[in-house]
Amino acid sequence: MQSLGSIRRDFAPWNDPAAKPYIVFDQVTKRFGDFTAVNNLSLSIYEREFFALLGASGCGKSTLLRMLAGFEEPTSGRILLDGQDLRGIPPYRRPVNMMFQSYALFPHMTVEANIAFGLKQEGMEASRIAERVAEMLKLVKLEQFAKRKPHQLSGGQRQRVALARSVAKRPKVLLLDEPLGALDKKLREETQFELMDLQQKLGLTFVVVTHDQEEAMTMADRIAILDKGEVMQVATPAEVYEAPGSRFVANFVGNVNMFEGTVTARDATGATINSESGIAIRTENAGDAQSGAKVAYAVRPEKIKVSSRPPMDTSTNAAEGEIYDIAYLGDMTVYYVKLGNGLMVKAATLNSARLTDDPLTWNDRAWISFRPDSGVVLTR
Amino acid sequence: MSNSALSPAGTSTGSEAGFATRLLGGAAKRLVIAVPYFWLLLFFLVPFIIVFKISLSQTAIAMPPYAPVFDLSEGVSGLVDRLGELSFDNYLWLVEDALYFNAYVSSLVIAAISTILTLLVGYPIAYGMARAPATLRPVLLMLVILPFWTSFLIRVYAWIGILKPEGLLNQFLLAVGIIDQPLIIMNTHTAIFIGIVYSYLPFMVLPLYSALEKMDYSLIEAAQDLGCPPMSAFWKITFPLSLPGVVAGCLLVFIPAVGEFVIPDLLGGSQTLMIGKTLWNEFFANRDWPVSSAVAVILLLLLVVPIVLFQNAQARAQEQGR
Repeated sequence: MQSLGSIRRDFAPWNDPAAKPYIVFDQVTKRFGDFTAVNNLSLSIYEREFFALLGASGCGKSTLLRMLAGFEEPTSGRILLDGQDLRGIPPYRRPVNMMFQSYALFPHMTVEANIAFGLKQEGMEASRIAERVAEMLKLVKLEQFAKRKPHQLSGGQRQRVALARSVAKRPKVLLLDEPLGALDKKLREETQFELMDLQQKLGLTFVVVTHDQEEAMTMADRIAILDKGEVMQVATPAEVYEAPGSRFVANFVGNVNMFEGTVTARDATGATINSESGIAIRTENAGDAQSGAKVAYAVRPEKIKVSSRPPMDTSTNAAEGEIYDIAYLGDMTVYYVKLGNGLMVKAATLNSARLTDDPLTWNDRAWISFRPDSGVVLTR
Repeated sequence: MSNSALSPAGTSTGSEAGFATRLLGGAAKRLVIAVPYFWLLLFFLVPFIIVFKISLSQTAIAMPPYAPVFDLSEGVSGLVDRLGELSFDNYLWLVEDALYFNAYVSSLVIAAISTILTLLVGYPIAYGMARAPATLRPVLLMLVILPFWTSFLIRVYAWIGILKPEGLLNQFLLAVGIIDQPLIIMNTHTAIFIGIVYSYLPFMVLPLYSALEKMDYSLIEAAQDLGCPPMSAFWKITFPLSLPGVVAGCLLVFIPAVGEFVIPDLLGGSQTLMIGKTLWNEFFANRDWPVSSAVAVILLLLLVVPIVLFQNAQARAQEQGR
């Protein structure tokens, strides 16, 4: 395995021991009554990072964001921004701005007035406000809509007004709560790139909350995967996908085949696993799994080859089964192969050619196989 | 009948069946609108025309106590003769005697001050209700409406018991030692203000509550997030957004308060000049139906302006709510 770095090649302050984190959650706990939304969570976010908090609803990701914005105070623990403890600082004095999920545009104000609102609070002089508003309108391409009221705009336009309003004050950190949640799929994809562009242009630190893994993978430098108020893993999108830290993360992000088993041999180049499904697995990515450990071997569907012919070596990393179901998705086809002992394996094949010379269909006998570096061993 | 008018099929386009429903829907719609029109015609316009006609007549010692009286048996020519007897003398009389002018002005001033006081008392109540936990709101709403279950008259009488020199309020204040002389509240403007604010408070609270309740709280958070302290966020966001409710509440209090009779009569004593009392006196003490009718017509004209304003505000609020 070579590299699982960030998309931005030279940007990886989290690997630099000298780099100082910009935002620090230090053993933060937040309880609402007897419900613990955030449980003793620690997290570091670096300057200019595009950081995503990913998790299912109720995992505490929005609470984290609201604590950063100042709408909630942690029950215990500290939140530091640029070295300063944020406890007790009200939202209107924090150098962070938030883009709300509902956009929360002021319905009685024009687009212009909405964008100017924060600047007026700062006491900026009128001519500079006008300048900044014009600049923001240009940035989000809404120049001709300056005099409109929010209810006269489309969903996508409102989203851009909300964005312009939240970056107008040039906050140190921009918080985005499900920023693309209300947009349709196509618009969402376009907007993802616009957001990344904007972040680069303005050089801000972005913290985005989302439940959409594709969104997080596309935009973020690093992703924190949360579950029940705890951090499961913090890593780059590629690491999260190719080197998940636990069964939960492997299952949560993308599709995965999980072979439960026991490590029978461990050496410098990897490990051998005897899986419960009967497949002997040889892997190069054994992590810290010791001999005898109960582990899961996780392989992504696109890394499993499916063929009507047996592979060269059928002793390891291969099994025969029957095609149980086929999902043709256009760009790829997903085969559901039922192995002898009933285990269902998903194998995805990219349809790089329009026609295939090895067509597989329902109930065909088929072989699945993968390489020693295709999957990872998960101990947790 | 209204079913076909309200169903989406009635407004959809396309097939012949749709067209038929639309025709039917049109007729049904007109019918639906005709009912309230007919109602207003019968119970508002006709009585108003009668009052207006009386206001153009002269007092007479007769039954009814005015002349002329239209009698259909006199035929068309007789009716025309009688029409000639009508005059605007009563309206001139209203202008000539300063009493009426003063009564109108005093009514408007008392109603305006009462409305502002009701707004000041009602806004915090409505705000508190709108911000209360959702489970508590129906109870609070009930508490606001509850006084309506008792007779209005009895509730105003009850205030006499509270406000009179030897009443509950004075007894309490004397006992606590805040005052050593009973306060004279009864038969003053203060008593009228208290009475009006108390009686009309629900009319202020309910529209304010409905405007505040549907407001998205994240707007306030957004304002704070953009650097706006809570107090300033209230004036820049909450208050402007509740304006339709403020206007509705103020007009719902102001309009009936101008013509209020019971409260100034019971709490305000004989000194208070309000047009509702003047009207009552003309009608029952003086038995001058024509003048009191003229007073009523002018009062109506005075109130048409705020009523039209109210309806415009309502229409605009509905437009925005869409």
